[in-house]
Amino acid sequence: MDSCNCIEPQWPPDDLLMKYQYISDFFIALAYFSIPLELIYFVKKSAVFPYRWVLVQFGAFIVLCGATHLINLWTFTMHTRTVAMVMTTAKVFTAVVSCATALMLVHIIPDLLSVKTRELFLKNKAAELDREMGLIRTQEETGRHVRMLTHEIRSTLDRHTILKTTLVELGRTLALEECALWMPTRTGLELQLSYTLRQQNPVGYTVPIHLPVINQVFSSSHAVKISPKCPVARIRPAGKYMPGEVVAVRVPLLHLSNFQINDWPELSTKRYALMVLMLPSDSARQWHVHELELVEVVADQVAVALSHAAILEESMRARDLLMEQNVALDLARREAETAIRARNDFLAVMNHEMRTPMHAIIALSSLLQETELTPEQRLMVETILKSSNLLSTLINDVLDLSRLEDGSLQLDLGTFNLFAVFREVLNLIKPIASVKKLHVSLNLAPDLPEYAIGDEKRLMQTILNVVGNAVKFSKEGSISITAFVAKSELLRDSRTPEFFPVPSDNHFYLRVQVKDSGVGISPQDIPKLFTKFAQTQSTATRNSGGSGLGLAICKRFVNLMEGHIWIESEGLGKGCTAIFMVKLGIPERLNEPKLPFMPKVPTNHGPTAFPGLKVLVMDENGVSRMVTKGLLVHLGCDVTMVSSSEECLRVVSHEHKVVFMDVCVPGMDGYEVAIRINEKFTKRHERPIIVALTGNTDKVTKENCMRVGMDGIILKPVSLDKMRSVLSDLLEHRVLFEAI
Amino acid sequence: MDFVNQLQRKFIDYSSSLHREGIVDDQFTQLRKLEDENSPHFVMEVASLFFEDCEKLINNMAIALEQKQGVDFKQIDECIHQLKGSSSSIGAMRVKNACIAFRSFSGAQNREGCLRCLQQLSHEYSLLKNKLQTLFRVSVASRCLYVCLVIFCRENEPAEPFPDVLVFQLEKQIVAAGGSIPRVH
Repeated sequence: MDSCNCIEPQWPPDDLLMKYQYISDFFIALAYFSIPLELIYFVKKSAVFPYRWVLVQFGAFIVLCGATHLINLWTFTMHTRTVAMVMTTAKVFTAVVSCATALMLVHIIPDLLSVKTRELFLKNKAAELDREMGLIRTQEETGRHVRMLTHEIRSTLDRHTILKTTLVELGRTLALEECALWMPTRTGLELQLSYTLRQQNPVGYTVPIHLPVINQVFSSSHAVKISPKCPVARIRPAGKYMPGEVVAVRVPLLHLSNFQINDWPELSTKRYALMVLMLPSDSARQWHVHELELVEVVADQVAVALSHAAILEESMRARDLLMEQNVALDLARREAETAIRARNDFLAVMNHEMRTPMHAIIALSSLLQETELTPEQRLMVETILKSSNLLSTLINDVLDLSRLEDGSLQLDLGTFNLFAVFREVLNLIKPIASVKKLHVSLNLAPDLPEYAIGDEKRLMQTILNVVGNAVKFSKEGSISITAFVAKSELLRDSRTPEFFPVPSDNHFYLRVQVKDSGVGISPQDIPKLFTKFAQTQSTATRNSGGSGLGLAICKRFVNLMEGHIWIESEGLGKGCTAIFMVKLGIPERLNEPKLPFMPKVPTNHGPTAFPGLKVLVMDENGVSRMVTKGLLVHLGCDVTMVSSSEECLRVVSHEHKVVFMDVCVPGMDGYEVAIRINEKFTKRHERPIIVALTGNTDKVTKENCMRVGMDGIILKPVSLDKMRSVLSDLLEHRVLFEAI
Repeated sequence: MDFVNQLQRKFIDYSSSLHREGIVDDQFTQLRKLEDENSPHFVMEVASLFFEDCEKLINNMAIALEQKQGVDFKQIDECIHQLKGSSSSIGAMRVKNACIAFRSFSGAQNREGCLRCLQQLSHEYSLLKNKLQTLFRVSVASRCLYVCLVIFCRENEPAEPFPDVLVFQLEKQIVAAGGSIPRVH
């Protein structure tokens, strides 16, 4: 051989095996060169690859391996030493890098493995979160359902709608098979099936309320799972294999009275309804907690909605009732007004129309009485008169009373003579009383004021009525009238506890007592006396007639005068006493008398010019004595009459201020009397004034009078004014010598 | 009431006729003025007394004038004096005038004259008595009527004074109301 430095391959190159090796090496090289290319390509593509150094290393390793295999291709044929050198170098490098890579991979691979683990973990976690999110979404949806349900329930105030809506919505939300509501019956002892979801007609099936399962549900405020076999749950048609779970919850039925202001409703109410919810059978579904909560919330909302509905119903009912009452009241008021108007019209007509003919009858009958009549005719006329007077009285009484009750009557106040009122009454009564042989006496207390302010007419009417009654109901005996000023200790009478008169400076209380010895009144009749139209039943009084209104009218007058009237009687046959007190005003004193017996200015109403002046009248002639006395009494004097000179001398005293003596009777020695009187009273101020009354005033008479020491002479007949002026002159000047 | 007004009118007519005829004079009016609440029957009482007195005196005078033995003119004089006093007190004018006339005859002791005067006196007295009694009857009747009305009935249209003074104080009322009473002098 030559020294070509060539290296012979060991095997002949044309060997088939060698051929295959040649091809494989070629492909290996190819692959080895493409792997890093791929690697680089994909790494470049991916964003994240933490192990670039490893990649480089691995790339180098692969490339060198590829290079090795590539160079190996040349070693199949004769090849130079250079190729062999390159081959060897490549192999050496490849060996180094591969060892380094191998060493490095020991570190890298566990890391790569752990990445995988983490990835798995994260995946699990993500799955779990997904599940949970699903759950939350379900819950949120449930909440939405509740809100919507509540809204539906609360949007109506109609009870049926509320309940129906509840069941429907619950059924929809929870996908229930059946939902039922049991309401307590009126008696409270049973629960009645009132509403169901699927079954359109609740049968009215009832269940006693005191079942243990029901008690259990009612005693808890939560939804309670109950057995599908209990009576309340057994309402759906049978025939399923596996009934779904059943839950029951109580629905409190609140009443209006449970809601206090600023108070939560009292849950001590015992009335509950029962809501039963059934899951679909064969669904293997279970009641979840959130579903139970939903049910509880709905039950509470229903309770509230129902009570709102109940409250509204109540208030509507109350309002309707009020409206009805208002209408009725309005109608009644209008009717009452109409009635009052009708009555007033009637009274107005009655007043005039009935009185006029009555007056005509009475007037003409009384005039008829004055004419010549036969006894029979007279009797007839008297009867006519009496009857028509009774009728007239009745009319007047009724009209009076209605005016009094109307409140339209007012007192006519004025100053009047109180003594005069009593005397009038006495004078009116005396004829009748004397016919009945009754004795009437009048006692006026000394401290009773003579003048008072009040309604004279009505006071007189009252006294007359009371005294008249006394006369009417007495057949025999006596009647005594007493009048005095009521003192404060007497004012509080135990018999009239409600009457509290308060005397003051301008007023006094006049108390009048009329006692009779007549038939008396039994105690049980006394309260009826003052009522209208009521009369006592005793037969004795039946005949007296009268309308029974008199005392009623008196009572009203007395009340108007701020007083009180009552009657006391010990019983039948024991007489009775009528007592009344009225308030009268005290008139102001116009003239304060400075001297006693100062004559007042003669006015039309003031006849008592010389009150209490003690006077002696001596006159033999009865008639003229009486006339003189009348004159003097009219002037208010206190007159003593004597008819003879002896009597005169006997009676005359220093109390008599004036002595009137008639000196014109022949044979009567008036002058003698005058002398004797002058002798009797030596002191001038004690001596009475002596005045002669004579029929002629000729000179002789005058001289005689002057001679005997008389103070004055008056010509008869004496007129009232003359007497008055004479007396005033005499008392002022103590001397008058002539008055014609 | 209307009947009271009628009564009032009746009274006024009657009493003015009395005055006009001279049966009573001003003194009678004065007497009527004395009637008030205290002495409501004054005139009637005085009149009754007068009638009694008068009758007694006239009787006495008649007896005295019948005496066959001799007429006691002194007694007659006394009677006349009394009668004159009484009649002038009461205001019976005609009676009083008759008395005055009688007086002159009795003073002259003229029996026939006295008898004539006595007759005249009797006549005047009867006339007076009749008239006054009618007047009183009216008053009594109205009073009783009124009392009946008041006791057994109820008269509530008052303002009229009460009947005892009714008749004799109607005049007062009329005057107070601004009217006038017809007077005959």
